[in-house]
Amino acid sequence: MMNHALLFSVFIVASCGLAYELIAGALASYLLGDSITQFSTVIGTYLFAMGIGSWLSRYIEKHLVARFIQVELLVGVLGGFSAAVLFFLFAWSPAPFKLALYLAVVAIGVLVGLEIPLIMRILKRDLVFKDLVSQVLTFDYLGALAVSILFPVLLVPHLGLMRSGLLFGLLNVAVALWACWLFRQQLQNTGWLRVQGGVSLLALLAAFTAAGELTSLAEAHLYADEIVHAENTPYQRIVVTRWKDDLRLHLNNNLQFSSRDEYRYHEALVHPGLATLPAAGRVLVLGGGDGLALREILKYPQIESVTLVDLDPAMTRLFASAPPLRKLNQDALHSPKVQVVNADGLQWLEENDDLFDFVVVDFPDPSNFAIGKLYSAAFYRLLEKHLAGGGLMVVQSTSPLYARQSFWCVVTTLESVGLVATPYHALVPSFGEWGFVLAGRRDYRPPQSYTVDTRFLSPETTPALFLFPKDMARVAAEVNRLNNQVLVRYFEHEWRQVIR
Amino acid sequence: MDRRDFLTAVAAAGAASLAGCGSAPIPLPPGDLLGVSLDLGHRLRARNFAPPGETRQVPVLIVGAGIGGLAAGWKLARSGFADFLIVELESEAGGNSRAGNNAVSAHPWGAHYLPLPTREATAVRELLAELGVLQGDPRAVQPIYDERYLCATPQERLYRHGRWQEGLLPQTGVSAAERHQYQQFSELMEDFRLRRDGLGRRAFALPMALSSRAPELLALDRISMRDWLLAQGFDSPHLHWYVNYACRDDYGTGSAAVSAWAGIHYFACRDGEAQNAGSETVLTAPAGNAWLVAGMLRSIKARVGERLLTRALVFQVAASARDRPIAVDLYLPGEERTLRLLAEQLIWAAPLFLVPQVFTGQDALQAAARSYSYAPWLVANLTLSRFPDDRAGAAPAWDNVLYDGAGLGYVVATHQQMRLRPGATVFTCYRAFDDMSPQQGREALRDTPREIWAEQILAELEQPHPDIRQLTTRLDVFRNGHAMARPLPGLITGAARQQFAIDGERLRFAHADVSGFSLFEEAQYRGVLAAERTLRRLGVSFRSSLG
Repeated sequence: MMNHALLFSVFIVASCGLAYELIAGALASYLLGDSITQFSTVIGTYLFAMGIGSWLSRYIEKHLVARFIQVELLVGVLGGFSAAVLFFLFAWSPAPFKLALYLAVVAIGVLVGLEIPLIMRILKRDLVFKDLVSQVLTFDYLGALAVSILFPVLLVPHLGLMRSGLLFGLLNVAVALWACWLFRQQLQNTGWLRVQGGVSLLALLAAFTAAGELTSLAEAHLYADEIVHAENTPYQRIVVTRWKDDLRLHLNNNLQFSSRDEYRYHEALVHPGLATLPAAGRVLVLGGGDGLALREILKYPQIESVTLVDLDPAMTRLFASAPPLRKLNQDALHSPKVQVVNADGLQWLEENDDLFDFVVVDFPDPSNFAIGKLYSAAFYRLLEKHLAGGGLMVVQSTSPLYARQSFWCVVTTLESVGLVATPYHALVPSFGEWGFVLAGRRDYRPPQSYTVDTRFLSPETTPALFLFPKDMARVAAEVNRLNNQVLVRYFEHEWRQVIR
Repeated sequence: MDRRDFLTAVAAAGAASLAGCGSAPIPLPPGDLLGVSLDLGHRLRARNFAPPGETRQVPVLIVGAGIGGLAAGWKLARSGFADFLIVELESEAGGNSRAGNNAVSAHPWGAHYLPLPTREATAVRELLAELGVLQGDPRAVQPIYDERYLCATPQERLYRHGRWQEGLLPQTGVSAAERHQYQQFSELMEDFRLRRDGLGRRAFALPMALSSRAPELLALDRISMRDWLLAQGFDSPHLHWYVNYACRDDYGTGSAAVSAWAGIHYFACRDGEAQNAGSETVLTAPAGNAWLVAGMLRSIKARVGERLLTRALVFQVAASARDRPIAVDLYLPGEERTLRLLAEQLIWAAPLFLVPQVFTGQDALQAAARSYSYAPWLVANLTLSRFPDDRAGAAPAWDNVLYDGAGLGYVVATHQQMRLRPGATVFTCYRAFDDMSPQQGREALRDTPREIWAEQILAELEQPHPDIRQLTTRLDVFRNGHAMARPLPGLITGAARQQFAIDGERLRFAHADVSGFSLFEEAQYRGVLAAERTLRRLGVSFRSSLG
């Protein structure tokens, strides 16, 4: 009976051991990208650390059972919390993450490496050597098989990495407590071991039940949803997640769209401007490598050509190839009217002298000095040279509610280069209240009707987009220039107020 | 520390950092060791020139095509006067404002910025207006400047304790008492900036010749900047670092050696404003101040045609006399011949350290020139295949300073480019030799191979940019043994400088050395002033650019 119980615990211990290895590998691939490298280095480090543990086991000479129980408790706590702690560490600061990851892998590996040798030595008293090796290793490998199947099929989709880790921690602690009970006659001081086990059990249980809240605590850095694509490019980190029918794109951990309401954003971005330009034939899209603005633009039959300039070839490649994303942008990137240019938008505008009837400026929010240049007076002056006679440009301009002065700074800057700026806004639930600015050389009048299909916009409600309630009304702002970059300062200040 | 110790220390530091790499060291990037024409300059001492084979008349001769000489030519040409010639020792004009150019970017070999001009710098404003960079009324309190030349944000940052911070005044780990001193220092400098004497002259004007001569202000020229700070109760080590850095950066000389008048002048003279930029903004371009050189050359050529003779070494200037032109002897190494120019009027716009060897037999001038001390400089341009990795903290700026650096940091030639992602770039690194005597610095420049400088610079820049060795495709080094006059106590108020500020019958000096420190505004003022005095002497009517 005792032997069967111990062999069952070998099964559990082995499954936990493999689980921690898989969790560390998956975590590294999720957060750092490049899964082949992450998995092979994590597994290699882990196996090597297990070797160290096995070697160290020779130095444990007395109180084998008590030591085994303590090792189990330590593995349970360290392994169980590893995913949660590493997630938070990454959310807090990615810099020491790699170091912490490998330290955790080594520590857990050493402890797991101690387990099997200790069990074998405990069982040695009752089994002959050939049976001992055969049975222990059989259960060891069976445990590994069980977890390697359960991990991707059941555990990660249903529990997520954090809870899976905690669950295996609980199993390790359970084995320790069970061993306490099994060997109660041989152990001298089971009381103290039971207290340790109880505390570990409670801590892991508490974390397990609170994992949902913990996840939302770590916020944008923890993707609660299934990750369908993750890639580090020279320019950014691209992550696409899915939860039921909701596809989401994150660039550098910032949400770019949710497929549930992106139509509101992209309709508001394109149609108020383009619907007033029945003769528009040439369109330029800066940014917007997801092809969603293109989808709206291509609804107009008179459009002859659309040039899309996006810095990152990985973005346009992804949205031109992944079937669910192609479905979302209705294959816009494959339209014969669309020409994709992967270039630095600023350089492209300097070196090119094409004119456009409509220009969509869909850059990320001005969160750093590099992107801040794309909202400067100098940039708008450059862009204005590419605007055909009666042309219009539309600029995504962050939230007039959360970043009010930033929004009006974009308006002020467009006006400073002699353009007529017409600000408006729309509610996009996953972003909140969002702002856009139309700019051209003449006065703008909102469209009286839409000739294309829309889900969000209607002629009756369009005038309301141009009305700013009191809490979003115009505030004074400086012109954003290359030599002051005030917009980046406004933006940093305002979003810090919102996020804290 | 003598020269040998210095070289050994540098080599040891290089070897240590190489050994520290563990893996195979990355070979040093290729490059050239450049410099002022030492061979020609040193021929001045040997004086083995053949007697002049030809003699020519020149109504106005300008010696030196740095900022002073070009400004003189610019003013003459602008006044419709065409009968002048500028002769220059080097193969191109520009002096300390020369630049290089390669496939990646133009890059400075010296001066790299111009602060927004003060209200009294009327000639600078006139030049900027002509070049189209100052728009609207050149005398406006807040003119509009071409935004391509206004230094893009962020302008400067400091690397300290493994992190970049915005601005150059150290911020983290600085006690409240020290911060209080920062505040007091800044208020004191603001007072000096606004202060005017009974005659309405600014305490510290730029050009400096327009400054007040109130005795209590001139008394500042008797002590060093460091002693003055201490006498005012400023003992904050971080404030001292900052002031010392400013002195090294502008004068190639530390605050313990620089005159307090010159040190305060640096902080208190600049009051330029712009409608479309903050007052601390500077005007810059990838080629540094070489765009101003090109602008003046263009202006001269458009008005009066080519007036520049390069590779021409003036080796003798005869004593000037009222009744005959000044005989100026030059050697043309390209043609291997000597030539005598008889100049009705002579504007000497070359550095004054050449005066003792050229103005032979003119004891007063020679003695005055010998009392000047010159700072040696080293400039290195690193061509990088892409922008290097960067330590945490403030974003890359135009001017990037290392707190513990032996060098003065680096400026980024591509900073003004409108690019979302900086690609290949050029870093221009500056090194003053304030940690040794100027003579020792010159010997180090003369004797040290390029590889040692390259190793030292890379080892320093590796701190904030770990992968810079892998990315540096070229590292060119430019040496200048006599880069600029050092404004030591006594130079500003002393008699020697006055020798060169005088308006002679036929001879005028037009170099920043006449002001005592090397600033574009000073060199240009001296050049324009000499040109106007010359025109007045010749009876040519003109509109003054000076006030």
